[in-house]
Amino acid sequence: MRKGVMRPGHVQIRVMDIEEAVVHYRDRLGLIEVNRDSQNRAYFKGWTEIDAFSVVLRQADEPGMDFMGFKVTDSDTLASLKRELSEYGCKVETIPAGELDGCGERVRFDSPTGHYFELFAEKEQPGKWGVTENNPEAWPEDLKGMRPTRFDHCLLYGDDIDGTAELLQQVLGFQLAEQVVDKDNDLRVAAFLTASMKAHDVAFVRHPEKGKFHHASFYLESWNDVLRAADLISMHDIPLDIGPTRHGLTHGQTIYFFDPSGNRNEVFAGGDYTYPDHPVVTWDADKLGKAIFYHDRQLNEAFLGVVT
Amino acid sequence: MKHQVTVVGSAEEFSCTGEQHLLQGMQTFRVGLPMLKVIPVGCRGGGCGVCRIRIVSGDYEAKKMSRKHVSEDAQAQGVALACRVYPRSALQIELLPLPELS
Repeated sequence: MRKGVMRPGHVQIRVMDIEEAVVHYRDRLGLIEVNRDSQNRAYFKGWTEIDAFSVVLRQADEPGMDFMGFKVTDSDTLASLKRELSEYGCKVETIPAGELDGCGERVRFDSPTGHYFELFAEKEQPGKWGVTENNPEAWPEDLKGMRPTRFDHCLLYGDDIDGTAELLQQVLGFQLAEQVVDKDNDLRVAAFLTASMKAHDVAFVRHPEKGKFHHASFYLESWNDVLRAADLISMHDIPLDIGPTRHGLTHGQTIYFFDPSGNRNEVFAGGDYTYPDHPVVTWDADKLGKAIFYHDRQLNEAFLGVVT
Repeated sequence: MKHQVTVVGSAEEFSCTGEQHLLQGMQTFRVGLPMLKVIPVGCRGGGCGVCRIRIVSGDYEAKKMSRKHVSEDAQAQGVALACRVYPRSALQIELLPLPELS
C-alpha cells in the first residue's frame, strides 16, 4: 500500500575535488547546474525535473553517498511518517528547512544496511528547465553531454538488505518489484523497490560492508541516447564500467561509468513498469549473470565488487 | 619518458610514462595482445580501493585518494591507489588488497 512517498527527490554524493566533479556532472553527464550553496555544495537537476534540484555534490576526503531523499505528498504525510519511523525503531533526525537551499524540513533516518535516507514534503519548484509550463516545446535546445531527463534511482550495497527492504515496504509503502534469490541457501541477494510505477526507485544488493554506494542513475529517452552516451564516454576518456547493454532485471538499456572520484553513474532508457497488483519478479541467483547483463550473461567482478 | 614498473612476487612488469597513471600504463603496455592484468582495476578515480598497492621503491606523484583506503599514515609509508600514481622514476610495487576484500 502506497503511503504518500512519491519519488526520489535527491541524492548527496561526496566527491574529492568539487570543481573536477562539476565538470563531469554538468558537461559530460549533462545535468543542469542550478546552485552553489554557502558550504560550497554544488546542486544539479535533470531538465525535466520540476523541483529545484536533485543531485548535490559535497567535497570530502572519501567518495560515496551521504544520503538519498524521497519527496512525500504533503507536510501532514511527512509528520505521520516521521512518527512511524520512530515507532519502528529508526534513529530519526529533523534537518531544518533551508539546510539545503530551497528545500523544506527533512526527516533523516538510518536503515539496517547503514544507509541514510530522508523524506521531505517541500522544495522550491521552478518547473522544468528550458521549457514553459504553458504550450511547452518538446525539449530545450541547449542541453549538454548525455542530456539526462531526470535523476531516477540509486543502487546501494549493504549487509541486511532484508531489513532495509522491510523498513521501506512496511513504514514507507514501497513495493518489492524485483528480487534475486539464492534458492539453495534461501537468501535474497538483491531487492528492487518502487514507490511509483517505475521498475525501481531504490535497489539493494547484499554485500558484507554497510552503507556502500554502487551507483546513481539518470534516465535517457532512448537506446540511441545510451549509444550516444557511450560515444561521449570514449570522447572524454571517462572510465567505463560496462555497456552499452541491457539488464535482465528491469530490462533497462544501460551504460555504467565512473565520476572523477570513482563514484559509479548509470544512464539508461526503457525498462519495465510496476503496478501495485504486479507480482514480484524473481531472478534465480544462478542466473545472476543474465539478470545483470542480459547480453553477455557473465558476471563482471568490477560491477559486483567496486563501490564507494 | 617511460619508467619501468616491477611487481613484487610477479614475473610481469610494464612501463608507464609520467603522464599515465599506473593502470593506464599497465593496460596499454602490450600492443596487439590481451591486456596485462597484474593490478586489479576498479573505478580509476581513487575511490573504490581495489587497486591498492605499496610503492617499495622509486619516486612518484599521487593525486587525491579516498582516505577510507589510504590514511595519511599509510600514504606516508608508500601506500597508494595505482589509479592515482604517476611515476617519476622506475618503481617497485607490491599489491595490497583491501582487508575487506581479502
